[in-house]
Amino acid sequence: MTDAAPDTAYARGEAVVRDPTGLHARPAVKLTKLAKGFDARIEIRAGRSDGWINAKSPNSVMKLKVAFGETLSIRASGGCADRAVAALVGLIERDFDG
Amino acid sequence: MAEPGHECVFTGLSAADGLAIGRIVIERTARHGPRRAGSPADEKEALNAAVARAAREIEALAAQADELGAGILEFQGALLEDEDLMAEVLGRVAEGAAAHVAWASVIDGEVAEYRAGDDEYFRARAEDLLDLKARVLRHLHGAAADAPEKEAKDGILLADDLTPSRFLELDWSTWGGAAIRGGSPTSHVAILARARGIPLVVGLHGQLDDRLGGKRAVLDARAGRLVIAPSPVTMAAASDRLESLAADRRAWQDLIGRPAITADGEPVQVLINVDDPSLLDGVSPAHCDGIGLTRTEFLFRDGRLPDEESQFAVYRRVVAWAAGRPVTIRTLDAGGDKPIPGITPHGESNPFLGERGVRLSLRRPDILTVQLRALARAAALGPLKVMVPMVTVPEEMIRVRDLLNDAVGALATAGVAHARPALGMMVEVPAAALAAEGFDVDFFSIGSNDLIQYLTASARDNPAVAPLADPRNPAVSEMICRVVGAARAKGIHVSLCGDMASNPALVPLLLDCGLRAMSVAPAQVGGVKLAIHRYRGSEEGAAGRDG
Repeated sequence: MTDAAPDTAYARGEAVVRDPTGLHARPAVKLTKLAKGFDARIEIRAGRSDGWINAKSPNSVMKLKVAFGETLSIRASGGCADRAVAALVGLIERDFDG
Repeated sequence: MAEPGHECVFTGLSAADGLAIGRIVIERTARHGPRRAGSPADEKEALNAAVARAAREIEALAAQADELGAGILEFQGALLEDEDLMAEVLGRVAEGAAAHVAWASVIDGEVAEYRAGDDEYFRARAEDLLDLKARVLRHLHGAAADAPEKEAKDGILLADDLTPSRFLELDWSTWGGAAIRGGSPTSHVAILARARGIPLVVGLHGQLDDRLGGKRAVLDARAGRLVIAPSPVTMAAASDRLESLAADRRAWQDLIGRPAITADGEPVQVLINVDDPSLLDGVSPAHCDGIGLTRTEFLFRDGRLPDEESQFAVYRRVVAWAAGRPVTIRTLDAGGDKPIPGITPHGESNPFLGERGVRLSLRRPDILTVQLRALARAAALGPLKVMVPMVTVPEEMIRVRDLLNDAVGALATAGVAHARPALGMMVEVPAAALAAEGFDVDFFSIGSNDLIQYLTASARDNPAVAPLADPRNPAVSEMICRVVGAARAKGIHVSLCGDMASNPALVPLLLDCGLRAMSVAPAQVGGVKLAIHRYRGSEEGAAGRDG
């Protein structure tokens, strides 16, 4: 949640959650599993809220309570940050391969 | 809790329908003895070991569970690997807290967060955390050896509580059912029990008394009753009902995958109602003739206005599920008992007679147009029908058709793949039912819930007058017969999508009216097909159909 690195150090992306139930347990687990596959520090937030949370924590992702139609912002820093953001955006856009 | 030898009735809430006769097996929540904490390093090691064992058990359980169960367990497993959550617990251990104290306090804090707020879904997830908390604590206390029984011939489980993972551990083919003092009808365990047809009563009144163990009992989950030491009369009635339920169930299983045909050999379409497409994963499309009603209110929850892409994604998924079978999707039916903040009007003196359904859509053509565009795009992917709620006069359908024409025209101009969907109306306003022939539509779908409440002037959400809102009132049959007659005269399709069709006992009445298509709750498909299978057109019914 604290960003020591300047804003420009982040790779960024956005995607809209298409699942009718929102980001419920199953998609949240899929998202964190994918995030854990990257070394980069990856964070997400819902809509325009200020709180960035760790995308590798299923508990924190669940507690965002992201609803259907809401935009999820993603930012990553460190190794393969661009690829990590692209992968997460892809997963959300494919509706979590549901 | 009971006088030995006398019939003794305990009441609770029905969580999963069913009936069982068996013997009581009491399961007590494990009580842990005191645990002596070691050094922070020892405690860290103990915690990691307990978490690792819990993770292995959950993984093994998930491997044998069905999709619903695996989903619940998968989330629990992921929580055990949650680095933030574990860092919090390990942090407290490093500061000197005992492993079991640190674990329990962190999880309890999370449970409180999940339970805060109104969202039923998140509240239910607190169960997963508590389930996990108990499992890890059991290992920390070294109580893993007391493996409780997984099988019990005709056992009726009586317990303070039942966790989702414990439910998934039991071999339900050997148990009759369960009655628990805790729980709620919306809990995970209730959902699991309903999906598997296991009788379950929750919120049972009374204390657990070890003397009840092994006693004969009747669990009437529909009524939310557990009868211990039943009298011969109670037993005989329960056995009779059990036998006829078992016979019905066998008959359904034979019929459910086949098209419904009456005893006279007349085919009847059985479609399903879809409240929320995410529930379709648990339903087999082969068991129905398509979808007769897809509600779209969930898309607009909390006053959100979903864009065309979001809506298209949902409609596409429903059409794909149906695999070529017809899919009827209803345009937004806000208002009445379904207010949506920011869309429905405030302060109407009588919302059921106010600006709802198509009345609201025509006041907000911007919202309706986005929905019609998304629907027309989905219509390119399969047979899709658009249904308009709360229509009163033909003019309303002319205006909706104009909007649909505009939407289709704009998609064509923009070169976006689409098709013109069939456009029909719900018949639920008595004035529309009586003058149905005058509407220019492609199909009718009778909305019996509202039709009955308007016809009998009895609000369906007011228990004081609910008995008057009776689907057996002859005026209701008269109205349905008229609409069926109007559809025949016009040569268009007619079905019924209210609760009436989901009640097997009322199905003969609908068939008597000449109705040959009905849309029902997915769980009732078997029961409705059986009622159709047993139906033979009576003289009276035939007269009704002609009249």
